[in-house]
Amino acid sequence: MEIDIKKPILDRNDRLAQDNRALFDEKGVFVLDLMASPGAGKTSTILATIDALRDRYNIAVIEGDIASKVDAEKISAHGIPAVQINTGGACHLESDMIQRAIAALDMDALDLIIIENVGNLVCPTEFNLGEHAKVMILSVPEGHDKPYKYPNIFQIAEAVILNKYDTLSVFDFNEEEFRSVVTSLNHEAPVFAISATKGEGVDAWAEWLTDRIEALKSGS
Amino acid sequence: MHEMGIVSGILSSAVDAAEKEGASKINDVRISVGVLTEIQDFALQFAWESLSPGTIAEGAELVATFVSPVSKCSQCDTEFEHDRFEIVCPNCGNFVCEQIKGRELTIDSIDID
Repeated sequence: MEIDIKKPILDRNDRLAQDNRALFDEKGVFVLDLMASPGAGKTSTILATIDALRDRYNIAVIEGDIASKVDAEKISAHGIPAVQINTGGACHLESDMIQRAIAALDMDALDLIIIENVGNLVCPTEFNLGEHAKVMILSVPEGHDKPYKYPNIFQIAEAVILNKYDTLSVFDFNEEEFRSVVTSLNHEAPVFAISATKGEGVDAWAEWLTDRIEALKSGS
Repeated sequence: MHEMGIVSGILSSAVDAAEKEGASKINDVRISVGVLTEIQDFALQFAWESLSPGTIAEGAELVATFVSPVSKCSQCDTEFEHDRFEIVCPNCGNFVCEQIKGRELTIDSIDID
């Protein structure tokens, strides 16, 4: 006997993501899902973002990794609450993991949660976590051809950060081509060139994020 | 790799729906997968073979229909098929287009006894 189901496969994840989102909205906490390859500088970018915004906002970080507490310890050492999720082999975060992580945070005291997704350009794209924005980082040494190889992540990102911009002269990275491919895949996403460890270019990115946080706070 | 998470979603939906109908066995599960999800059939099948044993879906066939991307031009409303990369209206050259197909991830139907 054939039965029609016609239901999204990630129904359960999507439902839990909606619950997360409802909580974030109720508490007025802006949630950013940051995605990139391993080594692109996700943690450095988070630290630079914290430095740019910590005077204005209360920030917490959720760290997703297959194993270890290395990243959460780096963030905690910066005086910011950090929750480490170890996915135990899974290549992306799912909304139930986020649900458990936020239980460990004081949601009433926060303005911004940055989720560092597992280093991967493919899998995190399909899993809604309840975040307000997905943003991706590509670092210069990875090469300007990555949007050709991993178009999906560039299409769903609301902003693209080009990190390690200070190494541009050392690598054969064609910035013009990179920007043009990103625009053709996603005409709305701004590209922010930064050098996270030096703090360069972070202001424009922090301003974009501030606008989004303020839009949430003012209810628009 | 994310096929594992996808397949566990398929399996739980299929088993729930089958049990609601009082089924003892699932013969096949039909799903639609948009090409833009980057999901690979061989990885789906591998995950299905790993996760379905021990459930009423053990031995069931997982049949994936892949859906090509289609977008609609925001200027002239032309609907057009395209590949994973170039999303440009063939009629007016505009690249501001709305994705209408290609990101599906749906469980369509199951066959049960």
